[in-house]
Amino acid sequence: MDKFTRLTTVAAPLPQENIDTDQIIPARFLKTIQRTGLGKHLFADQRYDESGNERPDFVLNKPAYRHAGILITLDNLGCGSSREHAPWALLDFGIRCVIAPSFADIFHSNCFKNGILPIALPRNVCEALMDDARQGENARLTVDLQAKQVIRPDGEVIPFEVDPFRREKLLEGLDDIAQTLLEKQAIEQFEARAARAWIPSTRGN
Amino acid sequence: MQNPSSPRTLYDKIWDTHVINTLEDGTCLLYIDRHLLHEVTSPQAFEGLRAAGRPVRRPDATIAVADHNVPTSDRSQPVEDPQSRLQIETLERNVKEFGVPYFPLRSRSQGIVHVVGPEQGISLPGMTIVCGDSHTSTHGALGSLAFGIGTSEVEHVLATQTLLQKRAKNMRVRVEGEVGLGVTAKDIMLAIIGRIGTAGGTGHVIEYAGSAIRSLDMAGRMTLCNMSIEAGARAGMVAPDATTFAYVKGRPFAPKGEAFEQAVAYWQSLHSDDGAVFDKEVVLDAADIKPSITWGTSPEDVLPIDGVVPSPEDETDPARAERIRRTLAYMGLEAGQKVAGTPVDVVFIGSCTNSRIEDLRAAASVIEGHKVALSVRAMVVPGSGWVRHEAEKEGLDKIFRDAGFEWREAGCSMCLGMNPDRLTPGQRCASTSNRNFEGRQGPSGRTHLCSPSMAAAAAVTGTLCDVRDLVKGAV
Ligand code: SF4
Repeated sequence: MDKFTRLTTVAAPLPQENIDTDQIIPARFLKTIQRTGLGKHLFADQRYDESGNERPDFVLNKPAYRHAGILITLDNLGCGSSREHAPWALLDFGIRCVIAPSFADIFHSNCFKNGILPIALPRNVCEALMDDARQGENARLTVDLQAKQVIRPDGEVIPFEVDPFRREKLLEGLDDIAQTLLEKQAIEQFEARAARAWIPSTRGN
Repeated sequence: MQNPSSPRTLYDKIWDTHVINTLEDGTCLLYIDRHLLHEVTSPQAFEGLRAAGRPVRRPDATIAVADHNVPTSDRSQPVEDPQSRLQIETLERNVKEFGVPYFPLRSRSQGIVHVVGPEQGISLPGMTIVCGDSHTSTHGALGSLAFGIGTSEVEHVLATQTLLQKRAKNMRVRVEGEVGLGVTAKDIMLAIIGRIGTAGGTGHVIEYAGSAIRSLDMAGRMTLCNMSIEAGARAGMVAPDATTFAYVKGRPFAPKGEAFEQAVAYWQSLHSDDGAVFDKEVVLDAADIKPSITWGTSPEDVLPIDGVVPSPEDETDPARAERIRRTLAYMGLEAGQKVAGTPVDVVFIGSCTNSRIEDLRAAASVIEGHKVALSVRAMVVPGSGWVRHEAEKEGLDKIFRDAGFEWREAGCSMCLGMNPDRLTPGQRCASTSNRNFEGRQGPSGRTHLCSPSMAAAAAVTGTLCDVRDLVKGAV
């Protein structure tokens, strides 16, 4: 997992509420054996027409937002099915941070697990940031996780809250696995317990 | 960890034995003894390992088998469906690269992961067992803590042999007394779900206890624990006893000789202590349970086979009345009609709920001397190659084939309609599986969950019917 410290990038505004994971990535793209490469299916039903051509009005199809690193939406982002393909698709597209007034629970935690920072801010603030984002290339937002701040193009600083444990992991670029591997010694000691001697191998006797 | 001297439940004991350490917020790092892999939920986890350059920490605690998306027709042919083939080939490549033991598609050991684990002696009492599939709860029948996990967690277990978990609450379901004629473990479980509802076990681990549970064989206990997930619980368990030890002894991967004796001595301590506190307790009288069938699209929509389908008019809650109306329309049933006598198109005997040798014996004993009704497509999909082989040794395949059943290769098959074994729209199926959700067995398919003997009776009469009548010769 890549570290997340400070990010300065174009933000894509998507002023919709209750964007469910089916919209983020429709179910028909789940038959895959990979988690990378899903970026092209991100928001597929909004992004492409029936014949698979890009809809020019959809925000991610506009030249300014093709490399957006932040997505800003309205309430309850990521509701619906708990599929991990949703953060996988966002990440693969290049989104490292999502900003919304509120998030669905599992999506929120799946974002952290996959190296995406979700930031909850009051609705009026999200709307103000969307106004900035509408200026495209001319208005880059900065997200500083170290300082827990979003910095608007005009320099205004907006503080945000984040779970300290999860913040630490993002700053260090530690996923759950890397974190757990720090406990290697404790795991080895556990495995060496005499009381576990009866447990056979799956390689057969 | 709780004070080890105070009375603890079975769940508490297994949990405490596997905690490596506890974080400030109560999350525990839990050691995992067995990790079962299949072709649908493992590819992205292996991909993650590869990308990070991480090995599988304990291949010797891991086992893989393809089951969900495998064809259950002739195995001498190559796998036709490209997506299915890709998933199987990917699993084979991954297990080879990472050194994970694997039961190949054409070996007798292949089968549904939740049938294979116990039958091979890979799943054992006292273990923590996980798999990227919700019906992992099945293995709790052995007196283990077994539950399903997501793809990130599959990767986490592969890399670390541990999981970050929070302790669940304790629930006990006691079924006391003796069941009547024709009543199986499936009927007991459907009755439990009918009583507590599909959210009844949410946040809890269920321990099944009471004299009716104690007298079940291991296959019955697996049927029960399998459907814990349909009762909302993540795991279900039965304390190991003499039945369990006799089942485990001599299985290919079970401990042998002195190691077995040592293990049994430990397993005997795995029961809830007198005075252990359960957050929730439910008691059923076994004598009240009848052969059962579901009428709707949720596993809690259960009826005794002599019951009638509910009417929205009888509901005071408008939301529930609306749900009944929608369900009746989907299922093609009339409010207030008798469920018995409803014609079926398909009979499916299979799935990790009911595809063990005991299930096939029960179904065959009903079938013997009868024919499948002309209007019915009936299929038996054994839970594993071993079950299939054993059934053939006992001549059960002949009974099924002679009656007009398809006799197929092992796999999940029509339980989830991922491969070509699926219902066509509007078809009605008596099924021994565990989920009757809309479209589960194929788009717009109609599923009635029941026991293997009830499914067999439906195949013979061509209608949902009371197996007791058939056995008595009344129909
Ligand atoms: S048989 Fe059905 S419920 Fe069981 S593992 Fe397979 S798909 Fe899941």
